[in-house]
Amino acid sequence: MAGILRPLAGRAVQALTVALLVGLVSFALMHALPGDPAMRIAASRYGPDLMTAEAAERVRAELGLDRPMPVQLAEWVGRLATFDLGRSLVTGAPVAEELEIQLGASLWLAGAALALSMALGLPAGLLAGMRAGRLPDHLALAAAVLLRALPVFVTGLVLIIVFAVWLGWLPAAGFGGWRDLLLPGLTLAFGLAALSSRVTRDATAAVLAAPYVAFARTKGLPERLVVLRHGVRNAAIPVVAVLGLQLVYLVEGMVVVESLFAYPGIGHALVHAIIARDVPMVQGTALAMGLTFVLVNAVVDLLCAALDPRQVAR
Amino acid sequence: MTAVTLAAAPPPRARFGRRGAGAVIVAALIAFGTLGPLLITADPARQDLGNALAPMFGDYWLGTDHYGRSLLARLAHATGLSLALAALTVAGAAVPGVALGLLAAWRGGWTDRAAGALADMVLALPGLLLVLLFAAFAPGEFLPLYLGLALAQWVEYFRVTRATARSVLARSHVEAARLLGFGPPYIARHLLLPELAPVLGTLMAFGMGTAVLAISTLSFISIGLHPPTAEWGSMVTELLPYYAEAPAHVLSPAVMILLTVLGFHLLAGAERP
Repeated sequence: MAGILRPLAGRAVQALTVALLVGLVSFALMHALPGDPAMRIAASRYGPDLMTAEAAERVRAELGLDRPMPVQLAEWVGRLATFDLGRSLVTGAPVAEELEIQLGASLWLAGAALALSMALGLPAGLLAGMRAGRLPDHLALAAAVLLRALPVFVTGLVLIIVFAVWLGWLPAAGFGGWRDLLLPGLTLAFGLAALSSRVTRDATAAVLAAPYVAFARTKGLPERLVVLRHGVRNAAIPVVAVLGLQLVYLVEGMVVVESLFAYPGIGHALVHAIIARDVPMVQGTALAMGLTFVLVNAVVDLLCAALDPRQVAR
Repeated sequence: MTAVTLAAAPPPRARFGRRGAGAVIVAALIAFGTLGPLLITADPARQDLGNALAPMFGDYWLGTDHYGRSLLARLAHATGLSLALAALTVAGAAVPGVALGLLAAWRGGWTDRAAGALADMVLALPGLLLVLLFAAFAPGEFLPLYLGLALAQWVEYFRVTRATARSVLARSHVEAARLLGFGPPYIARHLLLPELAPVLGTLMAFGMGTAVLAISTLSFISIGLHPPTAEWGSMVTELLPYYAEAPAHVLSPAVMILLTVLGFHLLAGAERP
């Protein structure tokens, strides 16, 4: 059991790093943006009409914006440590409240994307690996190389033009039913499947060439049992391990796909917060995305350990 | 980490063919980006509102956008811009990455651990998130974007350089050279560089593809370069409202991105480890 604790401790350090990094950049952002932060906050709280010099002074005194920088920095980090994310400068609502809704929407999208990528990538990879060096293998390789060379927003655009404009089967944008999840989910799934199909193909080809598979065949096991008993689990190890790499692609892709499809998720919120210079929202959304990223990575670590106990024993 | 290979041991001739194809595409793009703006006299910013969204292969070779600006001229300028910015980003990531990697491998111990911790810190966040945080300081300007991209990408060069340099420096012929009194510059140039160069070449070709994708993506979500600058990502954003009438116009910058990234990926050869 001790073996699994070490990677988890690493993830805990990573989570702390994410929190500190995002917090420090946000603090710098608060003070580096042009204009007086007290004025900005007063304007967002009371509206442009009631934004007077006195209001700004009250905000300055209340939030301690007139105190020395190191004191303010310590306070900022302290608030972060107690998960006090402040209020959005645009809507005035508590950041945590908005994050809850956006993160929920994004997790649905991420789930749909992962499920669709499995449905696309695993069969393609399995087929290519079982026919290594032949036509299905070459076709799968060409598709993967092409998809990796396309930016996410172009894949999404092509899908919109084909499925929403020409065929009219699916909505081009929006949020509501499962149909709205399909196009953005599929956009992300294509990019994810480009990698997972290659890994599945390599793992399948390697496993099928392994001595233990040859032995299982020699001793007379039917092909179905060879694949099920000896193939699948061994081939699954690298496929799950590479999930960690895919998460990077997923998080980056969500930011773009949510903007393209006007999907009210956390990536969309981050982009809008940056454009509107809403620092508390920038910090909140970046933090939520970063910490979710670390958490899911920890889950992948646990999955890998469950699939391949040798790694833990090592 | 699992090594992913493109195909089951491709014959050397096929590998050369792929890289050759990549080299041809990249050379053609560089020519288009540098010579294009000189040969195509049309101003990429000149509007011809009577001819907005002109069809391809008419008065304008590749048609015009919604302001009647020549798409051919805009694409040529955008190609030069993207390649230059990507090259700058790759240099900004590779130079400190390789330098720190060499230093960490040469000195070892404390220096090595500090550089490693710095790399882990950068990798804690997905790269684009880091770039977005940096871009928030000054949306629409290239400098913070460039710093963010270089900061997110140097780790790869650092890790590869450090690993390669460590294994080379531990070999007996390098030890012999050290004992004979050859200094670090000689060892770096004659013993280390030949081993390091091909790996770095592959990384840099992939890095060019990654940078082109990142720059166009950031412009697309209105955080990178802004219109009216002719840039692939922002051209797509500008033309996006017309995707029903003129899908080919919207996708023309996308085709350029695809060609560029594909060219660099083919040039790089094997898939990234």
